[in-house]
Amino acid sequence: MVILTVGLNHTTAPVEIRERLHLSGTALPPFFERLVQEGGVNERLVLSTCNRVEVYAVTENPEHAQVTIPRLLAEGTRTPLALFADRLYWHRHDAAVRHAFRVAASLDSLVLGESQILSQVKAAYEVARAQGVTGPILNTLMTRSLGVAKKVRTETGIGEAAVSIPSAAIGLAKTIFGELSGRTVLILGAGEMAEVAVRHLRGEGVQAVVVAHRHFDRAVEMAAQLEGRAVRFDQIHQELLQADIVLSSTAAPHHIVHRADVEELIRLRRNRPLFLIDIAVPRDIDPAVNEIDNVYLYDIDDLEGVVAGHRLAREREAEQAELLIDREVVSFLRWLKSLEVVPTLVMLRRHLEEIREAELAKALSRLPGLTSAQQDVVRTLAHGIINKVLHHPTTELKRQSVNRDGLLYVSALRRLFGLQDDD
Amino acid sequence: MDVIFFYGALILYVVGTLAYLLLLSIKGGPLAQLGTAATVGGFALHTLALLARLIAAGRPPLGNTYEALSFFAWATVLVYLILAVRFQRKVIGAFVLPIVLLTALAAASLPKGPAVLSPAFQNTWVWLHVTFVLLGSAALALTCGVGLMYLLQERQLKSKSLGVMYYRLPSLDFLDGLGHRALLVGFPLLTAGLITGAIQSQAARGQILMWDPTQLLSLVTWVIYAGLLQARLTAGWRGRKAALLAILGFSAVLATFLGVSVLLGRPHTFN
Repeated sequence: MVILTVGLNHTTAPVEIRERLHLSGTALPPFFERLVQEGGVNERLVLSTCNRVEVYAVTENPEHAQVTIPRLLAEGTRTPLALFADRLYWHRHDAAVRHAFRVAASLDSLVLGESQILSQVKAAYEVARAQGVTGPILNTLMTRSLGVAKKVRTETGIGEAAVSIPSAAIGLAKTIFGELSGRTVLILGAGEMAEVAVRHLRGEGVQAVVVAHRHFDRAVEMAAQLEGRAVRFDQIHQELLQADIVLSSTAAPHHIVHRADVEELIRLRRNRPLFLIDIAVPRDIDPAVNEIDNVYLYDIDDLEGVVAGHRLAREREAEQAELLIDREVVSFLRWLKSLEVVPTLVMLRRHLEEIREAELAKALSRLPGLTSAQQDVVRTLAHGIINKVLHHPTTELKRQSVNRDGLLYVSALRRLFGLQDDD
Repeated sequence: MDVIFFYGALILYVVGTLAYLLLLSIKGGPLAQLGTAATVGGFALHTLALLARLIAAGRPPLGNTYEALSFFAWATVLVYLILAVRFQRKVIGAFVLPIVLLTALAAASLPKGPAVLSPAFQNTWVWLHVTFVLLGSAALALTCGVGLMYLLQERQLKSKSLGVMYYRLPSLDFLDGLGHRALLVGFPLLTAGLITGAIQSQAARGQILMWDPTQLLSLVTWVIYAGLLQARLTAGWRGRKAALLAILGFSAVLATFLGVSVLLGRPHTFN
């Protein structure tokens, strides 16, 4: 019984290939069916997201599955096998377990530590389970993966630092203001980045959005889009008194906010903090403004620096996460090993033989008058009983182990005879 | 018995302090739990130590410098625990527990025998004076710890180089607000402490000011905090300057406490 992962992801295949191999919805049931019929696979699951397509399988015959799964993927998605065959990666046994854990914990993601993958793994598992194509091994693997991912999230800071410019800016705003609900944001100029940022800020509960633009009609247009209020550009000093966050991206060729203005402003605001985000090039706000107490000015380079720092922070946390995953892989493999049929049968036989030897020694010591021929008869008798007793359970267990419920027999047997691993 | 409890508490405070300091650089649920468990355990033992002393002596354990420092440390932990539960911000411990540990260590270095009370202690005003001053100082210790956190976080934001601590420290708004609230609690207590002290001084010695260093330093302390409160309430001071002044104020508290009582060997009122 081998766990096998076959797939490709954002590091091995470009989006043109990933999108062609996307496997979901009605394409799944026939694919799952053929995996059993042609691939000899017992348990299976497909994880198909925009960054990866992966097949998880449990099989007796990994060599066969390794040839069949790519062919079925090609046929299932009507994509020539040659297009992606050399993009595929393979993981077997412990490597496959580690891969599943790393994927769910977002260590294998394009954006390290992103949280979406967790729900995608969960959804893929639910789909497979609803169709009855998983079994005890994949069920446990997936449940553990989700558990490991949650553990990584709570015990390391991998998902904490924002790694896009708008979310980094929001992180900074939260570090300054705490809660953002009820805060006011002032937009100077227009621009796509400003719009994206405002949508993010709205999501955080920012209440009022004020838009100022050199061309008032443009301000009105943008304010309508962002559900804000438009003001004339010559009124911005009035608005700067009220705003908490200012997002500046005008096309002005020179500074439009000067140090002296902000010093005066902060005095009138009675030191109420002000967060200025200047994403314009050339810059709109005099960099010296950052020297004023309770004023925080970030330009586009500063924000990019913050994002780069956050990425490093996530990488540091990822090292912690890898250690955690190492431990979880070991624990999963131990569980898996306890389900193997052959070692269980070996253990059962050894267990019975130990009993036989002990009882034989006792019996023979009480029968000192036996000839060696008679002793052999007694030995053969004991031997024969053990073999007869073991015969049916052995064949039945081997037969059942191919079925999905076979593992239940293994664990029941271990329980009933008190069989435990030596290690 | 009370001394054994006190040393037990001291050891747990060491553990708590280390766990909280580590928490500044590593995210760790277990670490935070360890810090909290050690602090709560230390606080419980410390409470037992104070109670044992109260029962043995039949009076509040505030009769000498050891008892006073011990009570101050206990009150500071109490304030911290209330906040940790209220705001779920355990990282504050990294800045408050060291203060607790230092005062507890200072207390541990002092003679711990039963205090021989000076006649002054027959006056109820003295008990009130000591209690108010120590409770007020505990709240002011918090403004200092929170002020330090504010300065660190503000430094990172201003310099735009966000270190490991950036992710662990609370927001500036939270820290500034907490510092302000602690000041609003600590300053009236300190004021009440000084007033009751003056009343007792008048009653015992016929004059309010004895011109001893403790009295003078506590006046300086009071002026610093009064200035801070005034600046916050009327001039709209906040943030970095307020944090700096809060730290300065608490340095004056410590100077009054340790500098005069311990270093100069001229304990105020206690003998």
